[in-house]
Amino acid sequence: MSAAILKHGEIVADRWQPIAADASAAHIADAIAAGGPLLLPLPLWLAHRAELEPQRAGVLLVAEDGLDAVLPWLDDIPLIAIHFPVFTDGRGYSLARLLRNRHGYRGELRAVGDVLRDQLYFLHRCGFDAFALRADQAVEEARAAFADYSWAPLGGRG
Amino acid sequence: MYRYNETDQRLVDDRVVQFRDQMARFLDGRLAEDEFRPLRLQNGLYIQRHAPMLRVAIPYGTLAAYQLRKLADIARRYDRGYGHFTTRSNIQFNWVRLEETPDILAELAAVQMHAIQTSGNCIRNITTDQFAGVAADELFDPRPYCEIVRQWSTLAPEFLFLPRKFKIAIAGGEEDRAAVRFHDIGARARVAEDGRIGFQVFVGGGLGRTPMVGQCLKDFLPREELLNYFEAILRVYNRYGRRDNKYKARIKILVKDLTLEGFGREVEDEWAWSRGGPGVIAEQTFDDMAAFFARADLPPADAADPVYAAALAGSRAFARWVERNVAAHRDPGRAIVTLSLKKAGSPPGDATAEQMDGVAELAERFGAGEIRVSHEQNLVLPHVARRDLPALWEGARALGLATPNIGLLTDVVCCPGGDFCSLANARSIPVAAAVQQRFEDLDYQFDIGPLELNMSGCVNACGHHHIGHIGILGVDKNNEEYYQVTIGGREGTRAAIGKVIGPAFAAQQIPYVIQRLLEVYLALRHEGELFIDAVERLGLEPFKTRVYGGGA
Repeated sequence: MSAAILKHGEIVADRWQPIAADASAAHIADAIAAGGPLLLPLPLWLAHRAELEPQRAGVLLVAEDGLDAVLPWLDDIPLIAIHFPVFTDGRGYSLARLLRNRHGYRGELRAVGDVLRDQLYFLHRCGFDAFALRADQAVEEARAAFADYSWAPLGGRG
Repeated sequence: MYRYNETDQRLVDDRVVQFRDQMARFLDGRLAEDEFRPLRLQNGLYIQRHAPMLRVAIPYGTLAAYQLRKLADIARRYDRGYGHFTTRSNIQFNWVRLEETPDILAELAAVQMHAIQTSGNCIRNITTDQFAGVAADELFDPRPYCEIVRQWSTLAPEFLFLPRKFKIAIAGGEEDRAAVRFHDIGARARVAEDGRIGFQVFVGGGLGRTPMVGQCLKDFLPREELLNYFEAILRVYNRYGRRDNKYKARIKILVKDLTLEGFGREVEDEWAWSRGGPGVIAEQTFDDMAAFFARADLPPADAADPVYAAALAGSRAFARWVERNVAAHRDPGRAIVTLSLKKAGSPPGDATAEQMDGVAELAERFGAGEIRVSHEQNLVLPHVARRDLPALWEGARALGLATPNIGLLTDVVCCPGGDFCSLANARSIPVAAAVQQRFEDLDYQFDIGPLELNMSGCVNACGHHHIGHIGILGVDKNNEEYYQVTIGGREGTRAAIGKVIGPAFAAQQIPYVIQRLLEVYLALRHEGELFIDAVERLGLEPFKTRVYGGGA
C-alpha cells in the first residue's frame, strides 16, 4: 500500500490506496468513509466517484477499457493508472498517447501491473509519468532506464 | 542514398549500449529468458536450430558498397563466411555467438546499420521495389517516403508491443514489384489529377498461415498525411487486434472481423483528429529527403554504345544474360543489373563474404557504389552504364553471380527451412537444389519463360510460396517431410494466392511434379502466353490430372 513508485524519475512512496475490483461493499464503504485517496477500477470509480472529493478518486483502467467514460472528467481526475496484464501487451501505450495527446489529460498517468525496467523509456515517451514496477524489479536501478536513449522519437504526433 | 544525421547515429549507438546491458543482465541471470526474448527479437536475434541467428535490417533493400563490405567482414569474423539475403531484403547470419551479438551491432552502427525491429511484434523493415528511383515505369521515387516511414517507425514507442508483427511496403512503379498487397500496409504511388502526390493504401494483406490479398483502404492519401494516417491504422490495430491467439493476431484478421468498412471507420475517426496536425510532413522534409536519393553525380552514358553492341552481337552467353538479368533504366544509356544469388548448388539467397566484397567492388567500379537487395533474394546494381555491361558481366561471372536465370524457374525464392530454422516443418534448401539441378538446362528454362517458383519450409511463408506461380510448402506428416504444391499465385497488380493442387509429395517427387506441370503448360500454351497466364486460363484441372493421373 505504501510501496515505492517511480514518479518523474524519483522514488516516492505511493499515497494511493488501491481498491480491488472484487472488494466487498463494506470494504469500499469503509475506505470511502476514511476519505481516500483511493485508486478505483473503472466500474467502481463510476459508481462511487461522487462520494469522494475529485482530488481523492483515481481511476484504474485495464487494457480493454475504452476511454469514453472518463473523458468528461479528465480535468478533475488526479490519477489515471493503466494496467499492463503482461509487459508485451502494448494496448496501454496507445491509451496513454490518446489520453495525453488527443484528450489533453494533464494529471498523473501511472503504469501498473507487469511494468519492467526495460520498457520504462518507451512508456515514458508515450506520456506515462509514474510507474509502479512489478514487485521483483529493482526500483533504484530502474531509474537509469530514463536515460537509455539520448535520442528522442521523431515524427508522427507527440 | 540516405546518410544518418546526428540523431539517427545517436539512436543506433544508444541502442548498442542498451542491448549490451540487456545481454549482460541476461547472461548473469538478472533478466529472465521470457523477459529477454522480446528484447533480443527486437534486435534481430533468434535462437535457432544450431546457433543464434542475427537478422540485420537493410532498409528498403538499399546498401552502399562500404556497408556490404562490413557485412562481408561480419560474415568472416563472426560467422562462417557467408550470409543469407531474405525475402524481406534483410540479411541473416546463421552462426553467430550469443555473447558476441552486441559487438556485431556495434560494428553495424559504425556503418549506419542495425538490427532493430527485424523481428518481434513491431513494425518491421520497410520494403520497396528493388528498382526504385531508376525504373522506367516509375511515377515517383518511393525511397524518400520509405526513409520518412523508417525514421518514424524506428523505436516508435507506442508500437513496440503490437499484437503481432507488422510489415509495410511502399512502391512507386506502374508495375508493383514490392508485393504491396501482401503487406499489413501497402502503399502505391499515385498522382492525382491536379498533380498532388500521394498513395493508394492497402491494408490487411499478408502470407503466413492465413494468406490474404490486401484491400484498398484509401484510394488517395496525400503524401503529407502519410504518418498521421499510418499512425491511425497502427493505433486501431494496437488497441483492437486480437492478443488471445497468435495465429489470429495479424491486422488482416482484425480487418476481416470488423469488415473493411468498419475498420476504415475506426481509422477515419483517429485520422480526423490528427489530420492537418503536427504530424503533417513538411514540404521541406520531402525536398531534403529527395535530395539524398537524387543521383546527380552520374556522368552521361550513351544508349548506342559500340562496346555494348559488339558484345551483344558477339556472345550468345552475354546476350542471354542481358535478356534475363538486365532491366530498363529510365536513362537509356544505363541499365539495372540483377546479380543472381540462385546458382545451382548454392542455397538461394546465400552469398559468401568473398562474393559480398566482390559485389561491393563491382558496385564501386560500375554502379555508383550502390547495391539493392530484391525480395526475390538477388542483388541489384541499379546504375550501370551500358558500355560497362560486358566488363561487369565478366566480373559477375568470376564471382559466380552471372547465372542468366532472373525470373526463370531456377531463380527459386526460398527460406532457410529446416536446415536452419527452428520453426520449419521441412527442409527447403535441398528441394530447391534438386529443382535447380534438374532444370539447369538454359534452353529449356528460356523456352518455359518467366516462372516464379517459391518455396517455404513452413506455413509462416518466409519463402512466399503463396505468391509463387508454382509454390511449394513444407509440411509435417507424422514426423516426415512432405511438400504441398500450389499453382496460380502471383504478385503485382493482378495479385492472387496460389491454389493447392492436391495431396502433398515426398521431397524426391517434387522435380517430377514440376516437370509434369510444365509439360501441361508446354502442350496447352498459346503463343507467347506465360505459365501463370495459362494457369489462370486453364484452371487447376489439366494440371491436377497430369500430376495425379485420373485418381486424384
